[in-house]
Amino acid sequence: MHFEDDTIVALATPFGVGAISVIRVSGEKSIETIDKIFIGKIKLEHCRSHTIHYGKILDSSNELIDDVLVSIFISPHSYTGEDSVEISSHGSVLIVEKIIKVIVENGARLAEPGEFTKRAFLNGRIDLAQAEAVADVINSRNEASFRGARNQLNGLLSQRVNFLRESLINISSMIELELDFAEEDLEFVSLPQVLEKLYSIENEIDELLDSYSFGRIIKDGINVALVGKPNVGKSSLLNYLLKEKRAIVSEIPGTTRDIIREEVAINGILFTLYDTAGMRTTHDEIEKEGVSRSVETVKNADVVVFLNDALTGFTEDLYQQLKSITEEKRIINVLNKIDLVTDSNIPSDVKISAKTGEGIDELFDKLKEKALGTGNYSEKTAIVTNIRHFNSLKKAKEFIENARESIKERLTGEFIAVDLRNAEDTLGEIIGRVTTDDILNNIFIKFCIGK
Amino acid sequence: MKEFDIIVVGGGHAGIEAAIAAAKMGCSVGMVTMDKHAIGRMSCNPAIGGSAKGHLVHEIDALGGVMGLIADKTGIQFRTLNKSKGPAVWAGRCQSDRKLYSEEAERVVSSTQNLEIVEDSVLEAIEENKKIVGVRTGKGEEIKCKALIVCSGTFLNGLMHTGLSSTKGGRFGESPATGLTESLVKMGFVSGRLKTGTPPRLLKNSINWNILEEQPGNENPEPFSLRTPIYEFPYLPQVSCHITYTDPIVHKILEKGFDRSPLFTGLISGVGPRYCPSIEDKVVRFADKERHQLFLEPEGLDSDLIYLNGFSSSLPAEIQFEALRKIKGLEKAEMVRHGYAVEYDYFPPYQIDLTLETKLIEGLYFAGQINGTSGYEEAAGQGIIAGINAALNIQRRPEFILKRNQAYIGVLIDDLVGKSTNEPYRMFTSRAEHRLLLRQDNADRRLMKYGFEFELISKETYHELKEREILIISSKQYLRKRKIQPGQINSFLESNNLSIIDNTETIEKIVKRPELSLRTVLEQSNGYDETILKLLNNEKALQQVEIEIKYEGYIRRQEELVAKIEKIEKIQIPLNFDYTNLKAISTEGREKLNKIKPRSIGQASRISGVTPSDLSVLLVYLKS
Repeated sequence: MHFEDDTIVALATPFGVGAISVIRVSGEKSIETIDKIFIGKIKLEHCRSHTIHYGKILDSSNELIDDVLVSIFISPHSYTGEDSVEISSHGSVLIVEKIIKVIVENGARLAEPGEFTKRAFLNGRIDLAQAEAVADVINSRNEASFRGARNQLNGLLSQRVNFLRESLINISSMIELELDFAEEDLEFVSLPQVLEKLYSIENEIDELLDSYSFGRIIKDGINVALVGKPNVGKSSLLNYLLKEKRAIVSEIPGTTRDIIREEVAINGILFTLYDTAGMRTTHDEIEKEGVSRSVETVKNADVVVFLNDALTGFTEDLYQQLKSITEEKRIINVLNKIDLVTDSNIPSDVKISAKTGEGIDELFDKLKEKALGTGNYSEKTAIVTNIRHFNSLKKAKEFIENARESIKERLTGEFIAVDLRNAEDTLGEIIGRVTTDDILNNIFIKFCIGK
Repeated sequence: MKEFDIIVVGGGHAGIEAAIAAAKMGCSVGMVTMDKHAIGRMSCNPAIGGSAKGHLVHEIDALGGVMGLIADKTGIQFRTLNKSKGPAVWAGRCQSDRKLYSEEAERVVSSTQNLEIVEDSVLEAIEENKKIVGVRTGKGEEIKCKALIVCSGTFLNGLMHTGLSSTKGGRFGESPATGLTESLVKMGFVSGRLKTGTPPRLLKNSINWNILEEQPGNENPEPFSLRTPIYEFPYLPQVSCHITYTDPIVHKILEKGFDRSPLFTGLISGVGPRYCPSIEDKVVRFADKERHQLFLEPEGLDSDLIYLNGFSSSLPAEIQFEALRKIKGLEKAEMVRHGYAVEYDYFPPYQIDLTLETKLIEGLYFAGQINGTSGYEEAAGQGIIAGINAALNIQRRPEFILKRNQAYIGVLIDDLVGKSTNEPYRMFTSRAEHRLLLRQDNADRRLMKYGFEFELISKETYHELKEREILIISSKQYLRKRKIQPGQINSFLESNNLSIIDNTETIEKIVKRPELSLRTVLEQSNGYDETILKLLNNEKALQQVEIEIKYEGYIRRQEELVAKIEKIEKIQIPLNFDYTNLKAISTEGREKLNKIKPRSIGQASRISGVTPSDLSVLLVYLKS
């Protein structure tokens, strides 16, 4: 159960569409939360209601995510009736996700479906007829997610989370047994054993956490940045895909004038291709902006396609620059225009011709391989695709770490139990289990109690 | 025609607390019991307290109840369980002299003003327009009342089983209560059937004590009640319990009687407690266990009887006897009374409200086993709440509800009302999610203000608490700043093989070290000043300060959680709220909400089957 006045965040504009996205934050601490990540001229807490401020949003390692406009609404004069902040950012899926992530890291939580409207109603901002419509929305969205839960991906995740929760309940039972049945003739818990079990549960949670980036790719696609000096064939490559593959889903306007973005689905996987502008140092203000956009695109990309011209050779300086922005393992060296040469000793991972289409299939295989790894994940693996689940797992992990800390500090069972119970509840939130009697039931089944 | 403000049916542990609390609050109270000498009679083991139950006794005491006082007066062995663990799970337990306990209970009840004992039984509750107006008794009388508190224990249509034969009765040698269940069912209540059991009683001097493991009480016994004068305590000589074990041979003999077990042959339909199974249940369910532990508990100083705890059974008497003769130390034991199971009616507790008033009939309250609980302490905890609320109701004062974060009593009643129960419910510390806050040691600080408000706690006792509280708070502030030099404490630390300190530290910081007690540190710090002296002379305050310093981090985290939850607990739902047409709520959620009718969103959130989105929808409708 969420508490009604905590701070919530969600994207207010449609997902993935439009040049500008609006992220809405509402709740008592919304202004305070945004102040932690927003660098503007003055602190937002000193700003008046209904004012707009330009500034930068930074991530947890103080790196720039985006330049934004922030609007302040002070209670009760906001949509929800609470203190609210609306952040207008560039309309990139990645940017939006990053901003929401950093807001969540600073104490807000993701809003439930219909929650902003619900709060608006509870605070008297909208009338009953509208509110009843909200109740239906909450319900229908819930139905939808329930249906969603039946799909295989979520089913596997539930199974896995349920298993972890049950393992924790087993540990809790052993600890509670000692507290509530001290008089019984039973063998009590061995702490080194508990530590070991907690450690292995933590590892499993880590695996699930790691699967999140993979899960996100499955859901949202693979982001590919095309990089190369002018005339190396980036546009030709895009044009080839547009014409020959006939697989273009949509053309979405780029986040800035300098980035062109195309989506293409090949063998069931969605690739989003970003054509970057130049990356060289410049003093021209407009071009400068373009360069910083390109750098940002490369940073956010799952894979970087580094194009070279078979006729003019390997651009070493650009390659070095790329390596300073992104990890080397994300880069694929692609040699274009091989239809124009007979042989080439220029270093490359794939050789293509954007004109004839030679090597293109091979390129996409490579892209897939780079983005998804060589395949620890299969259809039988539980994968986290939802940021709410990701956050719950992270919290559960923290609680387990606390519990291990308590054991190491030689605290007795009732202290260890606090964090174990929190971890169980947090995992329970993912799979919708709230019952508190599970531990006692487990004790009664497994142990002979009864003085 | 006789008339009382309140009639209490039953003189057990719930009835005693209910009747005394209501009478002290100024209501005229009639306690109807079949036999006044049976007041406070312990039906099962002669002991009070234990894990979580000790907590309940302390809470009842802080509210101004009598269970702790009676237990202190009549206890013949006192122990603190879980002493090796942290303070939240320390729990007092005592062996009681069964006869003296009952005598003292009768004395306390009879000496209470406004309280009359009526030796009779209640056959029928009478209502008019869904409001209680009186009762009809076994002697054919009609007594008028404004409120009725039913504390019928195991007596409602009580049926005792041994082997394949059964006898009507609520307790050995006592008649059952008939008629009342039927009269309540006629009003629209739903009844159910539960089962519990009791072990054989043995003749004390037929047991070979010399070869048994002894379990003595604490050297420095601690009383349950804050009001028990410490210089008179313990009142009685202290004795030991003894421990023995069953073995495979004993189990084999028991198995011979399984074909005549009312439990296994289906004769008993009531559900028994899983945490207190009969010996035959243990043998079947845990077949790989080679022995089961048994406690030999004295029934009293003058009593010839020994209570064989852990050997509860409804097997035929001759099987019980044959088996126990094979147990170490019991080779020549005489069985004075065999064990038996008892089945009784209860009313699944979703039918009551958090005040223990029934949702169906105004002025009708249920407390104790009728609500599906087991245990004297659980019964007494409900008794005092029912008594207080019945009195408040008659006096048109606001109701009294304890929250889960305030008391085990709050957890108990919230669990009963919100989840109902289909097996006898016993309290465990693990049921309390705020366990670190609900300690025995701070029961007075949690609850005595209410006891005082209802005039169940005297001015003097309350004043003492206030003084102590001031001392606790000021000491904590003081110790946060008060420094201790390495020179003052290092020689002590060295001589005890503990790591020394290099720099001056605050007392607060050094007391956080698990191996150091606050008393030790204070004694090492030179120059006692007024605060330190006061604290050293007030053991109870000293203990509180120590606990609050040592476990500060954990306590704070639980308090933060409580503060968060408080917000949803505060959102009230009207009792007559109709969920039927709220289509946006899941079908299961709707059914459960309609049945249980929670009072707050907090209570609703604990009902299994009610989802977070159900609650969201509910919030929207509540606002309209």
